[in-house]
Amino acid sequence: MPDHMLDAKGLNCPLPILKAKKALKDVPEGEILEIQATDPGSVADFAAFCRQTGNELVASNQDGDIYNFSIKRVA
Amino acid sequence: MAASDAALENAKSMSIIVTKGSLDWAYPPFILATTAAAMDVKTTMFFTFYGLPLLLKKLNLEFTALGNAAMKMPMMGMHMGLPNAASMIPGVDAACGKMMKNLMAKKGVASIEDLREAAIDMDVRMIACQMTMDLFEYSLDDMVDGPELGGAATYMEAATQSDINLFI
Repeated sequence: MPDHMLDAKGLNCPLPILKAKKALKDVPEGEILEIQATDPGSVADFAAFCRQTGNELVASNQDGDIYNFSIKRVA
Repeated sequence: MAASDAALENAKSMSIIVTKGSLDWAYPPFILATTAAAMDVKTTMFFTFYGLPLLLKKLNLEFTALGNAAMKMPMMGMHMGLPNAASMIPGVDAACGKMMKNLMAKKGVASIEDLREAAIDMDVRMIACQMTMDLFEYSLDDMVDGPELGGAATYMEAATQSDINLFI
């Protein structure tokens, strides 16, 4: 089980990003936040979010209708 | 510390003039402001004319299909518009507003109230246009906690310091 999980399933833009930003506050630097979402737009959005904020998108993949993201908190 | 200093120097900023207060037009400014704040963009919203009531404590946002030829709602497997004349019938626009809100909730779209609360939580600066307050007879007591009062010069100062300036 990952230490930090965010369930953003069923949420639409911009809620997955807003919830991720909030959740990242509780993640110590260097640790990873795992996010699950169902919004297809979140694939492009989490990539842009990480490029802009300096956090690292370690993994981004799709499993059926679920999109999984792993974000390492850098900033 | 050096890293956070560098981050501060590279910080981007945005201002949005919010001029419209119907349910559909309330979304773009609040979606962009909250997302910008989440991406460490310092954000200012200036609420003027019909955008000002978006700061009222109790929101009852509605919209009209009148003159909006592009408004088509998914219905019975297709997309249906509403004839202009239908908007004249009392209650039709209110029903449309209810339908839109139900549709949004079903699709996981945030309410304006939630986005506004998120914006305040993330320290988005909100300026209520003093002239509009006078014109439409509102006071800060009618508004949610957070907005400050200001005029065009207050906005212009924020705009000259912003990387992105939007008028919605």
